Amino acid sequence: MTPFRFKRPSIIPGFGMTLGFTLAYLALIVLIPLAGLVWRSAALGWEGFFNVAIDPRTVNAMKISFGTSFIAALVNVVFGVIVAWVLVRYRFPGRRIIDAIVDLPFALPTAVAGIALTALYAKNGWIGKWLEPLGIKVAFTPLGIVIALIFIGLPFVVRTVQPVMEEIRKEVEEAAATLGATRFQTITRVLLPGLQPAILTGFALAFARAVGEYGSVIFIAGNLPYVSEIAPLLIVIRLEEFDYAGATAIATIMLSISFLMLLVINLIQAWSRRRYGYGT
Amino acid sequence: MAHDLPISNESAKAWHPATTESRTARFVLIATALAFLGLFLLLPLIAVFVEAFRKGPEAYLAAFAEPDALAAIRLTLLVAAIAVPLNIVFGVVAAWAIAKFEFKGKAFLTTLIDLPFSVSPVISGLVYVLLFSSQSFLGPWLKSHGIEVLFAVPGIVLATVFVTFPFVARELIPLMQDQGTTDEEAALSLGANGWQTFWHVTLPNIKWGLLYGVLLCNARAMGEFGAVSVVSGHIRGLTNTMPLHVEILYNEYNFVAAFAVASLLALLALVTLVLKTLLELRYGAELRAAGGH
Repeated sequence: MTPFRFKRPSIIPGFGMTLGFTLAYLALIVLIPLAGLVWRSAALGWEGFFNVAIDPRTVNAMKISFGTSFIAALVNVVFGVIVAWVLVRYRFPGRRIIDAIVDLPFALPTAVAGIALTALYAKNGWIGKWLEPLGIKVAFTPLGIVIALIFIGLPFVVRTVQPVMEEIRKEVEEAAATLGATRFQTITRVLLPGLQPAILTGFALAFARAVGEYGSVIFIAGNLPYVSEIAPLLIVIRLEEFDYAGATAIATIMLSISFLMLLVINLIQAWSRRRYGYGT
Repeated sequence: MAHDLPISNESAKAWHPATTESRTARFVLIATALAFLGLFLLLPLIAVFVEAFRKGPEAYLAAFAEPDALAAIRLTLLVAAIAVPLNIVFGVVAAWAIAKFEFKGKAFLTTLIDLPFSVSPVISGLVYVLLFSSQSFLGPWLKSHGIEVLFAVPGIVLATVFVTFPFVARELIPLMQDQGTTDEEAALSLGANGWQTFWHVTLPNIKWGLLYGVLLCNARAMGEFGAVSVVSGHIRGLTNTMPLHVEILYNEYNFVAAFAVASLLALLALVTLVLKTLLELRYGAELRAAGGH
Protein backbone atom coordinates (compact mmCIF):
# COMPACT_ATOMS: atom_id res chain seq x y z
CA MET A 1 0.00 0.00 0.00
CA THR A 2 1.28 3.45 -0.84
CA PRO A 3 1.36 5.88 2.06
CA PHE A 4 -1.27 8.64 2.04
CA ARG A 5 -0.12 11.58 0.02
CA PHE A 6 -2.14 14.78 -0.40
CA LYS A 7 -0.40 15.60 -3.66
CA ARG A 8 1.47 13.61 -6.24
CA PRO A 9 5.09 14.83 -6.49
CA SER A 10 5.78 17.13 -9.43
CA ILE A 11 8.63 19.35 -10.60
CA ILE A 12 6.21 22.11 -11.58
CA PRO A 13 6.44 24.99 -9.10
CA GLY A 14 3.76 27.10 -7.52
CA PHE A 15 1.40 24.51 -6.08
CA GLY A 16 1.24 25.93 -2.57
CA MET A 17 0.87 29.52 -3.74
CA THR A 18 -1.78 28.91 -6.40
CA LEU A 19 -3.84 26.49 -4.31
CA GLY A 20 -3.60 28.82 -1.31
CA PHE A 21 -4.76 31.80 -3.35
CA THR A 22 -7.56 29.78 -4.95
CA LEU A 23 -8.88 28.59 -1.59
CA ALA A 24 -8.59 32.03 0.01
CA TYR A 25 -10.38 33.80 -2.85
CA LEU A 26 -13.04 31.08 -3.04
CA ALA A 27 -13.63 31.35 0.71
CA LEU A 28 -13.81 35.15 0.71
CA ILE A 29 -16.07 35.61 -2.30
CA VAL A 30 -18.26 32.50 -2.26
CA LEU A 31 -18.03 30.25 0.79
CA ILE A 32 -18.08 32.75 3.67
CA PRO A 33 -21.00 34.78 2.24
CA LEU A 34 -22.99 31.58 1.57
CA ALA A 35 -22.13 30.26 5.03
CA GLY A 36 -23.41 33.58 6.40
CA LEU A 37 -26.77 32.89 4.79
CA VAL A 38 -26.97 29.42 6.33
CA TRP A 39 -25.87 30.84 9.70
CA ARG A 40 -28.56 33.52 9.61
CA SER A 41 -31.11 30.93 8.63
CA ALA A 42 -30.09 28.63 11.49
CA ALA A 43 -30.43 31.55 13.90
CA LEU A 44 -34.13 31.74 12.98
CA GLY A 45 -34.72 28.41 14.69
CA TRP A 46 -37.04 25.72 13.37
CA GLU A 47 -40.16 27.59 14.35
CA GLY A 48 -39.13 30.87 12.75
CA PHE A 49 -38.06 29.01 9.67
CA PHE A 50 -41.29 27.05 9.33
CA ASN A 51 -43.42 30.14 9.90
CA VAL A 52 -41.91 31.63 6.76
CA ALA A 53 -41.94 28.34 4.88
CA ILE A 54 -45.66 27.69 5.40
CA ASP A 55 -46.72 31.32 4.88
CA PRO A 56 -49.29 31.09 2.04
CA ARG A 57 -47.59 33.84 0.05
CA THR A 58 -44.25 31.97 0.22
CA VAL A 59 -45.89 28.68 -0.69
CA ASN A 60 -47.65 30.27 -3.67
CA ALA A 61 -44.48 31.97 -4.88
CA MET A 62 -42.64 28.64 -4.69
CA LYS A 63 -45.43 26.86 -6.55
CA ILE A 64 -45.39 29.51 -9.28
CA SER A 65 -41.59 29.47 -9.56
CA PHE A 66 -41.28 25.70 -9.76
CA GLY A 67 -44.41 25.19 -11.85
CA THR A 68 -43.52 27.73 -14.54
CA SER A 69 -39.89 26.57 -14.54
CA PHE A 70 -41.00 22.97 -15.06
CA ILE A 71 -43.26 23.84 -17.99
CA ALA A 72 -40.62 26.07 -19.58
CA ALA A 73 -37.95 23.36 -19.21
CA LEU A 74 -40.29 20.81 -20.83
CA VAL A 75 -40.92 23.12 -23.80
CA ASN A 76 -37.18 23.70 -24.03
CA VAL A 77 -36.45 19.99 -24.07
CA VAL A 78 -38.81 19.42 -27.02
CA PHE A 79 -37.64 22.37 -29.10
CA GLY A 80 -34.05 22.27 -27.85
CA VAL A 81 -33.65 18.70 -29.08
CA ILE A 82 -35.15 19.63 -32.47
CA VAL A 83 -32.85 22.67 -32.74
CA ALA A 84 -29.80 20.59 -31.76
CA TRP A 85 -30.75 17.88 -34.26
CA VAL A 86 -31.21 20.39 -37.08
CA LEU A 87 -27.88 22.07 -36.27
CA VAL A 88 -25.94 18.80 -36.03
CA ARG A 89 -27.51 16.84 -38.90
CA TYR A 90 -28.60 19.26 -41.61
CA ARG A 91 -26.69 21.68 -43.78
CA PHE A 92 -28.66 24.74 -44.81
CA PRO A 93 -27.79 28.37 -45.53
CA GLY A 94 -27.36 30.43 -42.36
CA ARG A 95 -26.71 27.41 -40.14
CA ARG A 96 -23.63 29.01 -38.55
CA ILE A 97 -25.55 32.16 -37.71
CA ILE A 98 -28.43 30.16 -36.24
CA ASP A 99 -25.92 28.18 -34.19
CA ALA A 100 -24.45 31.42 -32.82
CA ILE A 101 -27.88 32.90 -32.06
CA VAL A 102 -28.71 29.97 -29.77
CA ASP A 103 -26.28 31.52 -27.25
CA LEU A 104 -28.08 34.88 -27.30
CA PRO A 105 -29.80 34.28 -23.92
CA PHE A 106 -26.35 33.72 -22.36
CA ALA A 107 -25.09 37.03 -23.71
CA LEU A 108 -28.15 39.30 -23.55
CA PRO A 109 -28.61 40.94 -20.14
CA THR A 110 -31.74 39.56 -18.49
CA ALA A 111 -33.30 42.99 -17.94
CA VAL A 112 -33.04 43.68 -21.67
CA ALA A 113 -34.70 40.37 -22.46
CA GLY A 114 -37.40 41.19 -19.92
CA ILE A 115 -38.44 44.53 -21.37
CA ALA A 116 -38.17 43.23 -24.96
CA LEU A 117 -40.44 40.24 -24.22
CA THR A 118 -42.89 42.52 -22.44
CA ALA A 119 -42.97 44.84 -25.47
CA LEU A 120 -43.78 41.84 -27.67
CA TYR A 121 -46.42 40.20 -25.49
CA ALA A 122 -48.17 43.19 -23.89
CA LYS A 123 -51.80 43.79 -24.91
CA ASN A 124 -50.82 46.21 -27.66
CA GLY A 125 -47.49 44.53 -28.41
CA TRP A 126 -46.31 42.91 -31.65
CA ILE A 127 -47.50 39.43 -30.69
CA GLY A 128 -49.84 40.37 -27.87
CA LYS A 129 -52.23 42.26 -30.15
CA TRP A 130 -52.82 39.09 -32.18
CA LEU A 131 -53.36 36.95 -29.10
CA GLU A 132 -55.63 39.44 -27.33
CA PRO A 133 -58.68 38.88 -29.61
CA LEU A 134 -58.25 35.13 -29.07
CA GLY A 135 -58.61 35.71 -25.35
CA ILE A 136 -55.00 34.72 -24.62
CA LYS A 137 -53.26 37.01 -22.16
CA VAL A 138 -49.51 36.47 -21.91
CA ALA A 139 -47.97 39.54 -20.29
CA PHE A 140 -48.72 39.95 -16.57
CA THR A 141 -49.85 36.31 -16.22
CA PRO A 142 -48.01 33.08 -15.38
CA LEU A 143 -47.91 32.39 -19.13
CA GLY A 144 -45.65 35.43 -19.48
CA ILE A 145 -43.31 33.95 -16.87
CA VAL A 146 -43.15 30.72 -18.89
CA ILE A 147 -42.27 32.67 -22.06
CA ALA A 148 -39.41 34.47 -20.30
CA LEU A 149 -38.12 31.21 -18.82
CA ILE A 150 -38.23 29.51 -22.22
CA PHE A 151 -36.01 32.31 -23.54
CA ILE A 152 -33.56 31.92 -20.64
CA GLY A 153 -33.36 28.12 -20.65
CA LEU A 154 -33.15 27.17 -24.32
CA PRO A 155 -29.34 27.28 -24.73
CA PHE A 156 -28.86 24.97 -21.73
CA VAL A 157 -30.73 22.16 -23.50
CA VAL A 158 -29.23 22.77 -26.96
CA ARG A 159 -25.65 23.08 -25.70
CA THR A 160 -25.93 19.95 -23.55
CA VAL A 161 -27.52 17.75 -26.20
CA GLN A 162 -25.63 19.02 -29.26
CA PRO A 163 -22.12 17.66 -28.43
CA VAL A 164 -23.54 14.23 -27.53
CA MET A 165 -25.47 14.13 -30.82
CA GLU A 166 -22.25 14.90 -32.66
CA GLU A 167 -20.67 11.84 -31.05
CA ILE A 168 -23.33 9.43 -32.36
CA ARG A 169 -21.68 7.11 -34.83
CA LYS A 170 -23.36 6.64 -38.20
CA GLU A 171 -22.69 2.87 -37.97
CA VAL A 172 -25.30 2.51 -35.24
CA GLU A 173 -27.97 3.99 -37.47
CA GLU A 174 -26.82 1.96 -40.46
CA ALA A 175 -27.00 -1.19 -38.38
CA ALA A 176 -30.53 -0.34 -37.30
CA ALA A 177 -31.54 0.36 -40.89
CA THR A 178 -30.04 -2.89 -42.25
CA LEU A 179 -31.87 -4.80 -39.56
CA GLY A 180 -35.07 -3.46 -41.03
CA ALA A 181 -35.91 -0.57 -38.72
CA THR A 182 -37.76 2.32 -40.27
CA ARG A 183 -36.19 5.74 -39.82
CA PHE A 184 -38.76 6.56 -37.14
CA GLN A 185 -37.91 3.38 -35.23
CA THR A 186 -34.20 4.12 -35.50
CA ILE A 187 -34.72 7.54 -33.99
CA THR A 188 -37.08 6.56 -31.20
CA ARG A 189 -35.57 3.16 -30.30
CA VAL A 190 -31.87 3.64 -31.05
CA LEU A 191 -30.92 7.32 -31.01
CA LEU A 192 -33.15 8.88 -28.37
CA PRO A 193 -32.32 6.37 -25.59
CA GLY A 194 -28.64 7.19 -26.03
CA LEU A 195 -29.42 10.89 -25.79
CA GLN A 196 -31.54 10.44 -22.68
CA PRO A 197 -28.86 11.41 -20.10
CA ALA A 198 -27.93 14.52 -22.07
CA ILE A 199 -31.59 15.48 -22.44
CA LEU A 200 -32.17 14.96 -18.70
CA THR A 201 -29.10 17.03 -17.85
CA GLY A 202 -30.24 19.78 -20.19
CA PHE A 203 -33.68 19.72 -18.60
CA ALA A 204 -32.20 19.92 -15.10
CA LEU A 205 -29.89 22.79 -16.04
CA ALA A 206 -32.68 24.76 -17.73
CA PHE A 207 -34.99 24.08 -14.80
CA ALA A 208 -32.41 25.09 -12.18
CA ARG A 209 -31.61 28.29 -14.04
CA ALA A 210 -35.30 29.11 -14.48
CA VAL A 211 -36.10 28.69 -10.78
CA GLY A 212 -33.53 31.33 -9.82
CA GLU A 213 -34.23 33.69 -12.73
CA TYR A 214 -35.21 37.22 -11.82
CA GLY A 215 -34.37 39.94 -14.37
CA SER A 216 -36.21 38.67 -17.41
CA VAL A 217 -39.28 37.60 -15.44
CA ILE A 218 -40.20 40.58 -13.29
CA PHE A 219 -41.07 42.84 -16.23
CA ILE A 220 -43.42 40.41 -17.97
CA ALA A 221 -44.87 38.75 -14.86
CA GLY A 222 -47.00 41.56 -13.49
CA ASN A 223 -45.90 40.40 -10.03
CA LEU A 224 -49.35 39.88 -8.53
CA PRO A 225 -49.03 38.17 -5.12
CA TYR A 226 -50.48 34.62 -5.17
CA VAL A 227 -50.83 34.77 -8.99
CA SER A 228 -47.63 35.75 -10.76
CA GLU A 229 -45.14 36.48 -8.00
CA ILE A 230 -42.00 34.34 -8.24
CA ALA A 231 -39.88 33.27 -5.25
CA PRO A 232 -36.78 35.39 -6.12
CA LEU A 233 -39.02 38.46 -6.31
CA LEU A 234 -40.50 37.65 -2.92
CA ILE A 235 -36.94 37.62 -1.52
CA VAL A 236 -36.40 41.11 -2.93
CA ILE A 237 -39.74 42.31 -1.53
CA ARG A 238 -38.89 40.95 1.93
CA LEU A 239 -35.51 42.67 1.76
CA GLU A 240 -37.11 45.98 0.84
CA GLU A 241 -39.36 45.56 3.91
CA PHE A 242 -36.16 44.95 5.93
CA ASP A 243 -37.62 41.53 6.78
CA TYR A 244 -34.20 39.88 6.63
CA ALA A 245 -35.46 36.76 8.41
CA GLY A 246 -38.15 36.20 5.79
CA ALA A 247 -35.76 36.79 2.89
CA THR A 248 -33.17 34.47 4.45
CA ALA A 249 -35.62 31.63 5.00
CA ILE A 250 -36.95 31.73 1.42
CA ALA A 251 -33.40 31.94 0.07
CA THR A 252 -32.31 28.96 2.15
CA ILE A 253 -35.16 26.81 0.85
CA MET A 254 -34.36 27.79 -2.73
CA LEU A 255 -30.64 27.24 -2.22
CA SER A 256 -31.22 23.76 -0.79
CA ILE A 257 -33.35 22.85 -3.79
CA SER A 258 -30.73 24.18 -6.23
CA PHE A 259 -28.02 22.12 -4.54
CA LEU A 260 -30.26 19.09 -4.73
CA MET A 261 -30.63 19.77 -8.47
CA LEU A 262 -26.85 20.06 -8.79
CA LEU A 263 -26.49 16.70 -7.08
CA VAL A 264 -29.10 15.15 -9.39
CA ILE A 265 -27.28 16.52 -12.44
CA ASN A 266 -24.00 15.02 -11.22
CA LEU A 267 -25.69 11.67 -10.58
CA ILE A 268 -27.26 11.65 -14.06
CA GLN A 269 -23.87 12.31 -15.59
CA ALA A 270 -22.11 9.65 -13.55
CA TRP A 271 -24.87 7.18 -14.48
CA SER A 272 -24.63 8.19 -18.14
CA ARG A 273 -20.87 7.68 -18.20
CA ARG A 274 -21.32 4.19 -16.76
CA ARG A 275 -24.27 3.27 -18.96
CA TYR A 276 -23.26 4.79 -22.28
CA GLY A 277 -19.57 5.51 -21.92
CA TYR A 278 -19.90 9.13 -22.85
CA GLY A 279 -21.46 12.31 -21.60
CA THR A 280 -20.51 15.80 -20.67
CA MET B 1 -35.39 -1.81 -50.87
CA ALA B 2 -32.73 -3.33 -53.13
CA HIS B 3 -35.37 -3.76 -55.85
CA ASP B 4 -35.37 -0.02 -56.28
CA LEU B 5 -31.91 -0.10 -57.80
CA PRO B 6 -32.93 0.73 -61.36
CA ILE B 7 -34.09 4.13 -60.25
CA SER B 8 -37.06 5.57 -62.02
CA ASN B 9 -37.65 9.29 -61.80
CA GLU B 10 -40.39 8.89 -59.28
CA SER B 11 -38.53 6.66 -56.84
CA ALA B 12 -35.40 8.82 -57.15
CA LYS B 13 -37.34 11.63 -55.63
CA ALA B 14 -38.60 9.59 -52.71
CA TRP B 15 -35.32 7.80 -52.06
CA HIS B 16 -33.04 8.98 -49.28
CA PRO B 17 -30.16 7.35 -47.40
CA ALA B 18 -31.25 5.18 -44.50
CA THR B 19 -29.43 7.46 -42.06
CA THR B 20 -31.33 10.64 -42.85
CA GLU B 21 -34.98 11.57 -42.78
CA SER B 22 -37.17 12.07 -45.80
CA ARG B 23 -37.05 15.43 -47.51
CA THR B 24 -40.41 16.40 -46.03
CA ALA B 25 -39.40 15.48 -42.49
CA ARG B 26 -36.17 17.45 -42.87
CA PHE B 27 -38.05 20.47 -44.13
CA VAL B 28 -40.57 20.32 -41.28
CA LEU B 29 -37.83 19.98 -38.64
CA ILE B 30 -35.76 22.85 -40.03
CA ALA B 31 -38.86 25.03 -40.32
CA THR B 32 -39.88 24.21 -36.74
CA ALA B 33 -36.42 25.02 -35.38
CA LEU B 34 -36.18 28.27 -37.33
CA ALA B 35 -39.70 29.36 -36.36
CA PHE B 36 -39.04 28.63 -32.68
CA LEU B 37 -35.69 30.46 -32.64
CA GLY B 38 -37.13 33.34 -34.64
CA LEU B 39 -40.10 33.74 -32.33
CA PHE B 40 -38.32 33.28 -29.00
CA LEU B 41 -34.80 34.61 -29.60
CA LEU B 42 -34.61 36.79 -32.69
CA LEU B 43 -37.85 38.72 -32.32
CA PRO B 44 -37.03 40.05 -28.81
CA LEU B 45 -33.63 41.19 -30.09
CA ILE B 46 -35.22 43.03 -33.02
CA ALA B 47 -37.84 44.51 -30.71
CA VAL B 48 -35.12 46.19 -28.60
CA PHE B 49 -33.83 48.17 -31.56
CA VAL B 50 -37.22 48.93 -33.10
CA GLU B 51 -38.58 50.22 -29.79
CA ALA B 52 -35.43 52.27 -29.22
CA PHE B 53 -35.85 54.07 -32.55
CA ARG B 54 -39.64 54.34 -32.32
CA LYS B 55 -39.52 58.14 -31.99
CA GLY B 56 -36.62 58.68 -34.36
CA PRO B 57 -32.86 58.95 -33.97
CA GLU B 58 -33.04 62.24 -32.05
CA ALA B 59 -35.11 60.77 -29.25
CA TYR B 60 -32.72 57.81 -29.26
CA LEU B 61 -29.65 59.99 -28.88
CA ALA B 62 -31.36 62.20 -26.31
CA ALA B 63 -31.45 59.20 -23.97
CA PHE B 64 -27.66 59.30 -23.80
CA ALA B 65 -27.47 63.03 -23.13
CA GLU B 66 -28.99 62.40 -19.68
CA PRO B 67 -26.36 62.71 -16.93
CA ASP B 68 -27.93 59.71 -15.15
CA ALA B 69 -27.54 57.56 -18.25
CA LEU B 70 -23.91 58.60 -18.62
CA ALA B 71 -23.29 57.91 -14.94
CA ALA B 72 -24.84 54.44 -15.37
CA ILE B 73 -22.60 53.71 -18.37
CA ARG B 74 -19.53 54.90 -16.45
CA LEU B 75 -20.42 52.78 -13.42
CA THR B 76 -21.01 49.67 -15.54
CA LEU B 77 -17.60 50.12 -17.19
CA LEU B 78 -15.95 50.72 -13.82
CA VAL B 79 -17.49 47.65 -12.22
CA ALA B 80 -16.51 45.44 -15.16
CA ALA B 81 -13.00 46.94 -15.12
CA ILE B 82 -12.55 45.79 -11.52
CA ALA B 83 -14.52 42.52 -11.48
CA VAL B 84 -13.25 41.01 -14.73
CA PRO B 85 -9.49 41.35 -13.98
CA LEU B 86 -10.05 39.94 -10.49
CA ASN B 87 -11.70 36.87 -11.96
CA ILE B 88 -9.04 36.58 -14.67
CA VAL B 89 -6.32 36.38 -12.02
CA PHE B 90 -8.37 33.92 -10.00
CA GLY B 91 -9.23 31.84 -13.09
CA VAL B 92 -5.61 31.50 -14.20
CA VAL B 93 -4.30 30.77 -10.71
CA ALA B 94 -7.05 28.24 -9.95
CA ALA B 95 -6.58 26.53 -13.32
CA TRP B 96 -2.82 26.26 -12.66
CA ALA B 97 -3.39 24.64 -9.28
CA ILE B 98 -6.11 22.28 -10.51
CA ALA B 99 -4.84 21.37 -13.98
CA LYS B 100 -1.11 21.06 -13.41
CA PHE B 101 -1.15 19.05 -10.18
CA GLU B 102 -2.76 15.88 -8.88
CA PHE B 103 -4.11 16.23 -5.37
CA LYS B 104 -6.89 14.93 -3.15
CA GLY B 105 -10.24 16.69 -3.31
CA LYS B 106 -9.64 18.18 -6.74
CA ALA B 107 -13.07 17.26 -8.12
CA PHE B 108 -14.73 18.76 -5.06
CA LEU B 109 -12.78 21.99 -5.45
CA THR B 110 -13.87 22.21 -9.10
CA THR B 111 -17.50 21.75 -8.05
CA LEU B 112 -17.13 24.52 -5.46
CA ILE B 113 -15.78 26.88 -8.13
CA ASP B 114 -18.89 26.23 -10.24
CA LEU B 115 -21.16 26.90 -7.27
CA PRO B 116 -22.09 30.52 -8.10
CA PHE B 117 -23.69 29.30 -11.35
CA SER B 118 -26.31 27.36 -9.43
CA VAL B 119 -27.18 30.19 -7.06
CA SER B 120 -30.03 32.52 -8.01
CA PRO B 121 -28.73 36.04 -8.79
CA VAL B 122 -31.05 37.43 -6.12
CA ILE B 123 -29.51 35.13 -3.51
CA SER B 124 -26.02 36.14 -4.69
CA GLY B 125 -26.95 39.70 -3.80
CA LEU B 126 -28.71 38.70 -0.59
CA VAL B 127 -25.65 36.97 0.90
CA TYR B 128 -23.73 40.26 0.72
CA VAL B 129 -26.65 42.20 2.16
CA LEU B 130 -26.65 39.82 5.13
CA LEU B 131 -22.86 40.04 5.47
CA PHE B 132 -22.62 43.83 5.39
CA SER B 133 -25.99 45.05 6.67
CA SER B 134 -26.22 47.16 9.83
CA GLN B 135 -27.46 44.02 11.67
CA SER B 136 -24.33 42.02 10.87
CA PHE B 137 -20.93 41.88 12.59
CA LEU B 138 -19.05 43.46 9.70
CA GLY B 139 -21.41 46.23 8.63
CA PRO B 140 -21.24 48.52 11.69
CA TRP B 141 -17.47 47.99 12.07
CA LEU B 142 -16.80 48.96 8.45
CA LYS B 143 -19.13 51.92 8.76
CA SER B 144 -17.25 53.23 11.80
CA HIS B 145 -14.14 53.16 9.62
CA GLY B 146 -15.89 55.13 6.90
CA ILE B 147 -16.32 52.22 4.48
CA GLU B 148 -19.72 51.75 2.85
CA VAL B 149 -20.19 48.45 1.07
CA LEU B 150 -23.95 48.11 0.67
CA PHE B 151 -25.77 50.57 -1.56
CA ALA B 152 -22.35 51.66 -2.82
CA VAL B 153 -19.83 50.70 -5.49
CA PRO B 154 -17.94 48.04 -3.42
CA GLY B 155 -21.14 46.05 -2.91
CA ILE B 156 -21.92 46.17 -6.63
CA VAL B 157 -18.38 45.02 -7.46
CA LEU B 158 -18.60 42.15 -4.94
CA ALA B 159 -21.95 40.95 -6.27
CA THR B 160 -20.61 41.11 -9.83
CA VAL B 161 -17.45 39.19 -8.86
CA PHE B 162 -19.67 36.52 -7.29
CA VAL B 163 -21.90 35.94 -10.32
CA THR B 164 -18.99 35.99 -12.80
CA PHE B 165 -16.71 33.95 -10.53
CA PRO B 166 -16.54 30.64 -12.49
CA PHE B 167 -16.38 31.94 -16.08
CA VAL B 168 -12.60 32.13 -16.66
CA ALA B 169 -11.68 29.20 -14.41
CA ARG B 170 -14.15 26.76 -15.96
CA GLU B 171 -12.89 27.63 -19.44
CA LEU B 172 -9.22 27.22 -18.51
CA ILE B 173 -9.32 24.14 -16.25
CA PRO B 174 -10.34 21.57 -18.91
CA LEU B 175 -8.14 23.27 -21.52
CA MET B 176 -5.03 23.13 -19.32
CA GLN B 177 -5.82 19.59 -18.16
CA ASP B 178 -5.97 18.57 -21.78
CA GLN B 179 -2.61 20.15 -22.54
CA GLY B 180 -0.92 18.27 -19.71
CA THR B 181 2.37 19.24 -18.14
CA THR B 182 4.96 18.10 -20.69
CA ASP B 183 5.54 21.58 -22.17
CA GLU B 184 6.11 23.05 -18.73
CA GLU B 185 8.40 20.19 -17.70
CA ALA B 186 10.48 20.71 -20.83
CA ALA B 187 10.78 24.43 -20.13
CA LEU B 188 11.76 23.82 -16.50
CA SER B 189 14.34 21.20 -17.42
CA LEU B 190 15.88 23.68 -19.88
CA GLY B 191 16.43 26.07 -16.99
CA ALA B 192 13.41 28.38 -17.10
CA ASN B 193 12.06 29.46 -13.73
CA GLY B 194 8.39 29.09 -12.80
CA TRP B 195 7.36 32.57 -13.87
CA GLN B 196 9.17 32.30 -17.23
CA THR B 197 7.53 28.93 -17.81
CA PHE B 198 4.09 30.38 -17.21
CA TRP B 199 4.69 33.52 -19.24
CA HIS B 200 6.44 32.00 -22.27
CA VAL B 201 5.01 28.47 -22.38
CA THR B 202 1.66 28.16 -20.62
CA LEU B 203 0.14 31.54 -21.42
CA PRO B 204 0.65 31.29 -25.23
CA ASN B 205 -0.97 27.85 -25.07
CA ILE B 206 -4.08 29.06 -23.29
CA LYS B 207 -4.51 32.57 -24.71
CA TRP B 208 -7.56 31.82 -26.88
CA GLY B 209 -9.31 29.88 -24.17
CA LEU B 210 -8.54 32.72 -21.78
CA LEU B 211 -9.95 35.28 -24.22
CA TYR B 212 -13.08 33.15 -24.62
CA GLY B 213 -13.61 33.03 -20.87
CA VAL B 214 -12.95 36.76 -20.49
CA LEU B 215 -15.50 37.53 -23.21
CA LEU B 216 -18.27 35.60 -21.44
CA CYS B 217 -17.22 36.93 -18.03
CA ASN B 218 -17.35 40.51 -19.30
CA ALA B 219 -20.76 40.12 -20.95
CA ARG B 220 -22.23 38.81 -17.71
CA ALA B 221 -20.43 41.43 -15.59
CA MET B 222 -21.85 44.30 -17.64
CA GLY B 223 -25.31 42.81 -17.94
CA GLU B 224 -25.90 41.45 -14.42
CA PHE B 225 -29.21 42.61 -13.02
CA GLY B 226 -30.59 40.55 -10.13
CA ALA B 227 -27.55 40.41 -7.84
CA VAL B 228 -26.59 44.02 -8.46
CA SER B 229 -30.18 45.18 -8.01
CA VAL B 230 -30.29 43.72 -4.50
CA VAL B 231 -27.08 45.40 -3.27
CA SER B 232 -27.23 48.68 -5.17
CA GLY B 233 -30.00 50.61 -3.42
CA HIS B 234 -30.90 52.18 -6.80
CA ILE B 235 -29.43 55.62 -6.12
CA ARG B 236 -29.67 57.48 -9.41
CA GLY B 237 -26.40 58.77 -10.77
CA LEU B 238 -24.49 56.98 -8.01
CA THR B 239 -25.23 53.26 -7.77
CA ASN B 240 -27.19 52.62 -10.95
CA THR B 241 -25.57 50.36 -13.50
CA MET B 242 -26.91 50.24 -17.06
CA PRO B 243 -29.30 47.31 -16.51
CA LEU B 244 -30.68 49.01 -13.37
CA HIS B 245 -31.05 52.26 -15.28
CA VAL B 246 -33.06 50.41 -17.93
CA GLU B 247 -35.40 49.18 -15.20
CA ILE B 248 -35.90 52.66 -13.73
CA LEU B 249 -36.60 54.26 -17.10
CA TYR B 250 -38.98 51.46 -18.00
CA ASN B 251 -40.90 51.74 -14.75
CA GLU B 252 -41.24 55.48 -15.38
CA TYR B 253 -42.85 54.65 -18.75
CA ASN B 254 -39.93 56.32 -20.47
CA PHE B 255 -39.86 53.46 -22.99
CA VAL B 256 -37.74 55.04 -25.73
CA ALA B 257 -34.96 55.89 -23.30
CA ALA B 258 -35.22 52.48 -21.62
CA PHE B 259 -34.89 50.67 -24.93
CA ALA B 260 -32.14 53.05 -26.06
CA VAL B 261 -29.96 52.13 -23.07
CA ALA B 262 -31.04 48.51 -23.53
CA SER B 263 -29.93 48.65 -27.17
CA LEU B 264 -26.37 49.42 -26.04
CA LEU B 265 -26.44 46.29 -23.88
CA ALA B 266 -27.94 44.30 -26.75
CA LEU B 267 -25.12 45.58 -28.97
CA LEU B 268 -22.63 44.36 -26.37
CA ALA B 269 -24.33 40.95 -26.48
CA LEU B 270 -24.12 40.87 -30.28
CA VAL B 271 -20.43 41.83 -30.29
CA THR B 272 -19.80 39.12 -27.69
CA LEU B 273 -21.60 36.53 -29.82
CA VAL B 274 -19.71 37.55 -32.98
CA LEU B 275 -16.30 37.41 -31.26
CA LYS B 276 -17.21 34.14 -29.59
CA THR B 277 -18.26 32.60 -32.91
CA LEU B 278 -15.08 33.85 -34.60
CA LEU B 279 -12.98 32.31 -31.83
CA GLU B 280 -14.86 29.02 -32.19
CA LEU B 281 -14.42 28.98 -35.97
CA ARG B 282 -10.73 29.91 -35.88
CA TYR B 283 -9.59 28.02 -32.80
CA GLY B 284 -12.50 25.60 -32.49
CA ALA B 285 -10.33 22.49 -32.28
CA GLU B 286 -8.35 23.86 -29.33
CA LEU B 287 -11.42 25.16 -27.51
CA ARG B 288 -13.50 22.06 -28.18
CA ALA B 289 -10.75 19.86 -26.84
CA ALA B 290 -11.32 21.83 -23.66
CA GLY B 291 -15.09 22.09 -23.63
CA GLY B 292 -15.81 18.47 -24.55
CA HIS B 293 -15.17 16.97 -21.13
